[in-house]
Amino acid sequence: MKATNYILLIGFAALLIYASLSLPPRGSLESPMHRERSAAGTPIAGSHYIRNAYHDAATPNFVTVVLADYRGFDTLGETLVVFSAGIACFLILRKAT
Amino acid sequence: MTRPAQSLIVVMVSRWLARLIQIFALYVIFHGHYSPGGGFQGGALLAASILLLRMTSGKEASQSQFKSSLAMPLGALGVLIFFTTGLITILGGGNYLDYQHTPVIVMEAARIRSLDILIIEVGVGLAVMSVLISIFDDLSEGGHDA
Repeated sequence: MKATNYILLIGFAALLIYASLSLPPRGSLESPMHRERSAAGTPIAGSHYIRNAYHDAATPNFVTVVLADYRGFDTLGETLVVFSAGIACFLILRKAT
Repeated sequence: MTRPAQSLIVVMVSRWLARLIQIFALYVIFHGHYSPGGGFQGGALLAASILLLRMTSGKEASQSQFKSSLAMPLGALGVLIFFTTGLITILGGGNYLDYQHTPVIVMEAARIRSLDILIIEVGVGLAVMSVLISIFDDLSEGGHDA
């Protein structure tokens, strides 16, 4: 049983390492996520964010700008999900005092 | 689970460590404009420091750091900060969460966006911290040593 677990783990690690070898290099302009236009010819949002994030929000870290400004509604939803998880635990588990 | 730890070393080291974690959490929240980080990560770190104290000093002793009854109201306050920041922009004539229309501050549009991002990050951090602590308190309440 134990040997099977280790073999499975090592096999899975080998698979992940093998898959990570064929990732595009960091910052490569040829990788799909860094292209200006998609294969269908439509503009990709990523390059727009990279160009305009500092101009729009005066914040150097454009991940923060995408998270809190361009996709602010999504972050509001995430916060509500966390809060409702807390409320669910509160209602189910807390004892009446 | 929430009884005090037996060893004095564990208690003292965790008290010292909790402050370090809290300072680093504030750094992660307020430096999120310039480096990786933000409300979620900083809130999780703040919660981790309190949970460390809960586990080593015991639930009763760590109430002076963060009261259990305070957790859910503070979490609601965090969500409310986010929500209100979005709602105020409607009063200024913009869309919901369109920060540059915030009417209370007269500044360059990009600066207002930067400031409002900081405000909602603080709200998110508050909500995440309080909710994680609340869940821990609820889960550890049961059992024999409640």
